[in-house]
Amino acid sequence: MLLGPSGCGKSTLLRMIAGLEEPSSGSIEIEGRDVRGLTGAARGVAMVFQSYALFPHLTVADNITFGLSVRGVAKSEMAHRLDRVVALLGLEKLLARKPAQLSGGQQQRVALGRALIAEAPVCLLDEPLSNLDAQLRLELRREIRALQQRLGITMIYVTHDQSEAMSMADQVILMRAGKIEQHGSPAELYGCPASLFTARFIGSSPMNLIDLDDGPHGAVAAGGDGAVLLRGSGRGRVLGLRPEDIDLHHEGGDGRFHATVTAVEYLGAEAVVTCMMGERPVHARTRGDGAPPVGARVGLRWDAAAGHLFEADSGRRLPLEAFA
Amino acid sequence: MSTITRRHPLNIHIQGWLLALPAIVLLLAFTHLPGIATIIDSFYATPVGKRPAAFVGLAQYQTLLADPIAWLALRNNLLMALITVPLSIGLALAMALWVAGKIRGRAALRLAFFTPTILPMVAAANIWIFFYTPDYGLLNQIIRVLGFSSHNWLGDPATALPALMAVTVWKEAGFFMVFYLAALQQVPPVLYEAARMENAGRWKVFRRITWPLVMPTTLFVAVNALINAFRVVDQVIAMTGGGPNNATTLLLFYIYQVGFSFWDTGYAAALSAVLLALLGLISLLQFRLMGRNVHYR
Repeated sequence: MLLGPSGCGKSTLLRMIAGLEEPSSGSIEIEGRDVRGLTGAARGVAMVFQSYALFPHLTVADNITFGLSVRGVAKSEMAHRLDRVVALLGLEKLLARKPAQLSGGQQQRVALGRALIAEAPVCLLDEPLSNLDAQLRLELRREIRALQQRLGITMIYVTHDQSEAMSMADQVILMRAGKIEQHGSPAELYGCPASLFTARFIGSSPMNLIDLDDGPHGAVAAGGDGAVLLRGSGRGRVLGLRPEDIDLHHEGGDGRFHATVTAVEYLGAEAVVTCMMGERPVHARTRGDGAPPVGARVGLRWDAAAGHLFEADSGRRLPLEAFA
Repeated sequence: MSTITRRHPLNIHIQGWLLALPAIVLLLAFTHLPGIATIIDSFYATPVGKRPAAFVGLAQYQTLLADPIAWLALRNNLLMALITVPLSIGLALAMALWVAGKIRGRAALRLAFFTPTILPMVAAANIWIFFYTPDYGLLNQIIRVLGFSSHNWLGDPATALPALMAVTVWKEAGFFMVFYLAALQQVPPVLYEAARMENAGRWKVFRRITWPLVMPTTLFVAVNALINAFRVVDQVIAMTGGGPNNATTLLLFYIYQVGFSFWDTGYAAALSAVLLALLGLISLLQFRLMGRNVHYR
């Protein structure tokens, strides 16, 4: 899964893997073979385009078998493979239709079929779900994931949607400005972000990032009320806290830091509560039915080990020191 | 406005007709009435002096059937259509494919290909007369360098019509290229990338993707070229005058000759009616084809 904000180079990387663009330096190897000068099928690579790139004048069946017929695969073999792919994707009833007569989700399936019928070991997907509505996107996410596991092929999937990456990927490569920012499993990226950028990018409600400053007894929030957040020096460092790691307590409870609730975003099972800790907004996740009302004074508490510490200038992750 | 419409429900229709009126008047006065008058005239003999024309029924058409020159003109015209239409379409598409690509001097090339369209036909015809001139014409100078003897292109019945066809193709191809250029730009580049992913060669890409996708344009261009082929007259008047020995007499030129050189207006009217029917038939074909199976989006 290639993940990153738009313009970070993930599509370019995918196109280079596909052979649609040649790298200006370096080489690309697929299963140990240098594939310079080869494109697409010759590399053992198939691709699903963001806009699907279905041929408008061909039927669904002809679209799916286009590559095979171009490469001169025998008719009987073609029909056999078509049957298999069509059954896999549930396209039986649509074979005679033209792309214009299909819904977005159906077009997406046909594009997927065209990539799968090649039986290439590597399948590239360039933001394949970005043109679909949210409901369909969730459905196809599961479907593509299930398909990949059933067929046992390698899929390289480009997306800018971190939730797509988190829910589908075995390995995520997070990119930023043409460079790999972090590479690992979704759990690694979420649980142990190597940089401020990763910390900000991963997670459906973003991590709280609190600039620290030196206080008389340890690190305090810059511009805060002076409560010690962390032992040791604070200047030039940033403390990251996931909203779900922050517990809310009623005033007078055993919360260590005092704050005022300014907004509650109710999501059903849970709610994201925004509180002001001094001048600084902090987001915390609570149960949907346990959220305090706006204006309430609350105490905040978190497990020391749940925090993430970063260097402000370089954005690098620092080893977490024990909390005061 | 809406209250007026409600009070006078016919008003919207009157408004509509009023808006269409200028066009209707112009079309009626200069296209449809003369057309109908021509068809009526074709059933009468040519008036001589003060004597009114006599009704002769289908006599003019019987003359036409027996007129070898009329048949020759039709044959020439069909040849003209059969050869210039595919040639100009092929050339137009080839040029469009060439200048649609990312090449240096693309704008200059496009302009160059389009220039023949800008030139008035008579001017273009005179340029080509120079090309075709016996002895010192450009074409003869070239073939003499290559070791052939000079040829009178427009004076030889065997080469006169092909010479006119060349002018026609040269004039039309640039114009049709513009349509193809527009059609090619409508094809999403990602389709070509999808084809590249399948390792389709250039010819296969053209045959399986480009050609079918520009098919609506091809049909449109083909019908227009067909109609144009039957309307060719300028180059005949400017270059050959229908000769030699009627080798370049085309229908419209023959009508012009019969009507305004021989002043046999009754017969010219009958010829016009036949040409009109022919063009009507082609237009009908156009509408039928356009309505069917070329729309895939």
